[in-house]
Amino acid sequence: MSTMLIKNGRVLDPSENLDGELDLYIVDGVISDIGKGLEANADETIDATGKLVVPGLIDIHVHLREPGGEAKETIKTGSRSAAAGGFTTVCCMPNTNPVLDSATGVNYVRAVAARDSLINVHPIAAVTKGQLGKEITEFGDLRFHGAVAFSDDGMPVYDAEIMRLALEYTAMLNMPIMNHSEIPELVGEGVAHHGRVAMKLGLRGVPRAAETASVARDIELAAETGGHVHICHVSTARACELIAEAKQRGIRVTAEVTPHHLLLTDQAIETFSTMARVAPPLRGAEDRDALRQALRNGTLDCIATDHAPHTDIEKNVPFQEAPPGMIGLDFSWALMYHEMVGAGVLTLSELVARMTIEPAKVLNLSGGSLAKGRNADVTIIDLEGTTQITRETIKSKSCNTPFLGKQYSSKIETTIVKGRVVYSNGQCTKLEAISHP
Amino acid sequence: MTEQQSNLDLPLPTGSAESDSIFSAATPYQKRHLLDLESLSRGELERILHDSEGFRQVLFRPVKKLPTLRGKTVVSLFFENSTRTRTSFEVAAKALSADIINFSVSTSSVSKGESLYDTADTVKALGADFIVMRHHSAGAPHFLANLMKEVSILNAGDGCHEHPTQGLLDIFTIAQRKKRIEGLTVAIVGDILHSRVARSNIWGLTKLGAKVRLVGPRTLIPTCFKDLGVETHYKLKDGLEGADVINVLRIQRERMEANLFPSIREYVLMYGITKKRLAWAKSDAILMHPGPVNRGIEVDQDVADGPQSTITEQVTNGIAVRMAALYLLAGARDT
Repeated sequence: MSTMLIKNGRVLDPSENLDGELDLYIVDGVISDIGKGLEANADETIDATGKLVVPGLIDIHVHLREPGGEAKETIKTGSRSAAAGGFTTVCCMPNTNPVLDSATGVNYVRAVAARDSLINVHPIAAVTKGQLGKEITEFGDLRFHGAVAFSDDGMPVYDAEIMRLALEYTAMLNMPIMNHSEIPELVGEGVAHHGRVAMKLGLRGVPRAAETASVARDIELAAETGGHVHICHVSTARACELIAEAKQRGIRVTAEVTPHHLLLTDQAIETFSTMARVAPPLRGAEDRDALRQALRNGTLDCIATDHAPHTDIEKNVPFQEAPPGMIGLDFSWALMYHEMVGAGVLTLSELVARMTIEPAKVLNLSGGSLAKGRNADVTIIDLEGTTQITRETIKSKSCNTPFLGKQYSSKIETTIVKGRVVYSNGQCTKLEAISHP
Repeated sequence: MTEQQSNLDLPLPTGSAESDSIFSAATPYQKRHLLDLESLSRGELERILHDSEGFRQVLFRPVKKLPTLRGKTVVSLFFENSTRTRTSFEVAAKALSADIINFSVSTSSVSKGESLYDTADTVKALGADFIVMRHHSAGAPHFLANLMKEVSILNAGDGCHEHPTQGLLDIFTIAQRKKRIEGLTVAIVGDILHSRVARSNIWGLTKLGAKVRLVGPRTLIPTCFKDLGVETHYKLKDGLEGADVINVLRIQRERMEANLFPSIREYVLMYGITKKRLAWAKSDAILMHPGPVNRGIEVDQDVADGPQSTITEQVTNGIAVRMAALYLLAGARDT
């Protein structure tokens, strides 16, 4: 039996309505007791005085690139990046090479994660074979082997009938389809928001309707089938309205928003900065403001980073030739705390909920809560600390972020997965020290 | 005498143009690169245009050559086909006694997948002082300029972004004919969406106090262009009425194939500049075109060859403007 006591921290767990100076007692990786001034002998005691203790953060949309894209990221480096960012669970997208469209692929990721990962990694499997949009995958078997959702992310599920059938089938399995909801014809060769900045720079624009028309379609198909559609990385004000209305009608739609869409606008690309090239593109200030409101009122269920590593070589090219995407796992907590709580968009408790229990609910994951009997996935945060984003501090294999060189308030102090410290004070724990029997 | 001139040990050819010039030479040109007109101040634009007048006179001398850039190497690096711009830069560089080398992209390792950075780095190592670059990607010269501090980069067209020397030569041509820029109304007609010429004209002209109208079908002039401080017109007549200058852009067949307009025939019917339509503008309006002209499409034969047309003057002026650009960049490099 191994035991751990986390003492005197401010425990904040929105799922249990907890907020107070409490102790957490962990036995064999499971939360055994929670209360004031617990008297217990423990193998390991962590003094969390003055620190915030929250359920381990959850990111339901990351790209770990393995297999096939190991130059950008591996499950090992991605898990280190996540641990450093306070994340104890991530769900990785299947747009790898080969695509995770079979039990073999899903089992490969789970096996590598069991060997190399510091944190919980759940694979998301493809909606269609090879993500080619033609034939649906073996949803039932993929679920059996550990897929937590289905997505062709990187691309939308283009064919409306394939989408309808996929939603119909997965409704039976109670599994969501996570769609990168954009109409490809409207995206075309577009690389930036269709607006003043793109027009000025001579860059091909992506109109808002590329997203909104597709979101409207997905909502109608979810309504028709009773399936659960999850809209990835919402970027427009109008999509938020559509989602809010759909939720009111009782349609099973959930949605996520990225830190970069909450913080940046298309002004970030004005210098042709490839670091700020993402899909969907950074949009106007009115969209950014609407996303913030929608996150606050629950229209957007959760924050997801869409952590998308790319190498310097790939990003060190002219704007329209660079692949879209930016990393986010290492520092998204600090970005969100500094900018969302700091600006009064979210309360601290709301922010914690949108990075713990809310994403867990979207994908029906067991984490996001410090309730007794749950796995002891815990993150300890120093709200007085600062997070510096530099090439030296980033644990991801890639450094593609427009936030490089910036500094934000608060700092991830310790990350604990199943009762084991996987990250503490700037250092990831060596894998050998935590390897599961 | 300015610092730039003394450093180069070569004064500008002086003449009546100096005193007649509507442009001020008061602002020194201190930028190492010429990437776009958006980032230039009014003073910097005026300085280039002012100096262009002196260089233009050289082109009408029996010996069209100055020793200004002797011993300097200009490499032209064109990732897109071009005859006019490339040749114009070549003539300009030669008139300044620079050595000009054409780096052949299609037959080089670029076609084997070499990155833009590596290509430019090679060109730099070969001893280039200036790189004249045309590239299909917007911002490509900006990308290189960030990486190369020792070489001056002249943007000869980057994707749909800018073509600064074309913008300058257009403005220079207008000034030659109209003796002013401030207060003029300039109508740019055609495919604005894909035009780097239009964007450079918009920045240069608005900074110098002209009013710019964009004229063409809505698919080629999205409404957000209004945010750039210009008027947009979808009816040709509205766009031309009262204009001092009509700058007609080349229409490309690919755009029709992409359904941006239904047919060349319909484009000609709605936006082709005929003699009759030219009369909608002011009676002394000038008719410009960056070339090459599709005669009978965006502009009629008799209009292109008529007295209001400046098409051939633009070509000559292009050399003068590019000489001024090379000269001023050399001065900025040496200070």
